[in-house]
Amino acid sequence: MEITLAHYLFVAAALFTIGVFGIFVNRKNVIIILMSIELVLLSVNINLVAFSAFLQNLEGQIFAMMVLTVAAAEAAVGLAILVTYFRNRGGIAVEDINQMRG
Amino acid sequence: MLASIAFYVLAATAILSAFAVISARNPVHSVLFLILTFFTAAGLFVLLGAEFLAMLLIVVYVGAVAVLFLFVVMMLDVDFTELKQGFLSYMPVGALVALALLGELGLVASAAMSADGAPIALTPALPGDVTNAEAIGRVLYTDYLLVFQMAGLVLFVAMIGAIVLTLRHRPGVKKQDIAAQVGRKRSEGVELKDIRPGQGIG
Repeated sequence: MEITLAHYLFVAAALFTIGVFGIFVNRKNVIIILMSIELVLLSVNINLVAFSAFLQNLEGQIFAMMVLTVAAAEAAVGLAILVTYFRNRGGIAVEDINQMRG
Repeated sequence: MLASIAFYVLAATAILSAFAVISARNPVHSVLFLILTFFTAAGLFVLLGAEFLAMLLIVVYVGAVAVLFLFVVMMLDVDFTELKQGFLSYMPVGALVALALLGELGLVASAAMSADGAPIALTPALPGDVTNAEAIGRVLYTDYLLVFQMAGLVLFVAMIGAIVLTLRHRPGVKKQDIAAQVGRKRSEGVELKDIRPGQGIG
């Protein structure tokens, strides 16, 4: 059976769903939440590249590169915030982050 | 035929390892499964004819992001079993939202047909005898130069942000202060004492 565009879209949809589900069930662990966000961005990349191959148009791959860059930057800043938070509080429980409440 | 088998193997591996990322008890295992997911996604990119992006995925994600995650997971001394609490209590609503999302996305994906109702076949994007990397370079450095420079700016700002966030000034630490060292005057460092014979410095 030939692999069509829909196959790739199904894989990306599954990865996206798993990422969102991971954010829901790991409410207390910020590291897993960050990894789930990486999964979501990866699924978006798969969609962009699949459509790029289907449309014979390289612009999708350019935008996938852009998403890749933003994902890397987001991971770096997110983990830096996490390290700073751990230093100040001695833990990374997300539910304790309510000190900025007005 | 071989490409179809490769696709199914890679897709199954990607989905299973992605599920292992969010369900593993040990966060180190989560990071390792994340690396596996990125590797299989890179394989899918190769099947789609995007070799350069596949290389980029491995270099950027496995080489930088996943290693960063590993560093942080191993560096922070956190009791992760405590953080795992509440996994089951959040499960029902999470599963509900996930199922709804998967149904909607699946509807959209199954509607990916061409105008005459036939499923859309994929053909690797290769204009002539140009390799994928060269073709991307031709587009990226001409039409999308602004996007390219914007990506550089994003990375620059993220780098500065990460440094500013994690740089720590501890008060009790002795450090070299070059300005104070160079700006020292003789009067601050040398003092002449008139010592009378037979007596020490009082």
